[in-house]
Amino acid sequence: MLENSIGPVPLQAYLIVAAFLFCTGVWGLINSRNAVRVLMSIELMLNAVNINLMSFSSYIDGSIIRGQVFSIFVITVAAAEAAVGLAILLSLYRNRVTIDMESFNLLKW
Amino acid sequence: MNIAYSTELICFLILSAVVVSGSLAVVLLENIVYSAFLLGGVFMAVAGLYLLLNASFVAAAQILVYVGAVNVLILFAIMLVNNKEKLKPIEGLRTRKFISGGVCGGLLILLLRVNITTKWNLPGPTSIGEEATERIGEHLFTDYLLPFELASILLLMAMIGAIVLARREVSIPTGDINDLKNKKSLSDKKIPLLSENSLK
Repeated sequence: MLENSIGPVPLQAYLIVAAFLFCTGVWGLINSRNAVRVLMSIELMLNAVNINLMSFSSYIDGSIIRGQVFSIFVITVAAAEAAVGLAILLSLYRNRVTIDMESFNLLKW
Repeated sequence: MNIAYSTELICFLILSAVVVSGSLAVVLLENIVYSAFLLGGVFMAVAGLYLLLNASFVAAAQILVYVGAVNVLILFAIMLVNNKEKLKPIEGLRTRKFISGGVCGGLLILLLRVNITTKWNLPGPTSIGEEATERIGEHLFTDYLLPFELASILLLMAMIGAIVLARREVSIPTGDINDLKNKKSLSDKKIPLLSENSLK
């Protein structure tokens, strides 16, 4: 299972790192009270997805590398998401003078 | 095991240690400025992992976009909002942290189990290595042309949306602005460039 890979680092090692990064991002997304840290957690999760795509593209799809093209698209969308998210955050801060996620319950039933 | 193998292994171990510990620090540290700089470190380490995976173009794009743009944007946002704010304590926060930690740990165990038990289709075709950049260019201009153009439209929309959302609302009275009276009232208002909250 682990010994039939090409290089010294098996595919599973990259997937383990990506899984850990993704779970850390999910935990931070749920538990952060600072809105900027929520955006940082989303970036961590997107990076975990990118590591997965890149490792599959290198180990399983080595001649066509569709995974690298996909990760470029993910990077583009992440940049757009960060820009719009931080703009929304600035506009919220201007209206409510706080960045506490617990106080953004404007739409709560 | 020759020297190339051991070098790659050591590089992978160092980079993955940086990624794991850096992401934990990003989530757990109290000071958000430290978190933002450590996030830049995590992005650089992920770019190093891409280099180990024979993807130099994506590694360069990762450093340019994430470290150069996203991280700097996050630092700007931290500086623009007031981070000295004292958060009100909320009951049940500790329980919530433990429960979500359990859920995320379960998700991690599930992912690891799937990762270990799946029979991956290895070894695949040999990696094309340094031709990857040319191949990405071919992909972007042949079979992925439509997503590529859509991505450019998305970036334009995001840019305009960010400008519209983050712009300060300044109400200019309708009518002739060149009118002397209106000009005087506009200059008398003394609209501050920074709000009082961001100056504190």
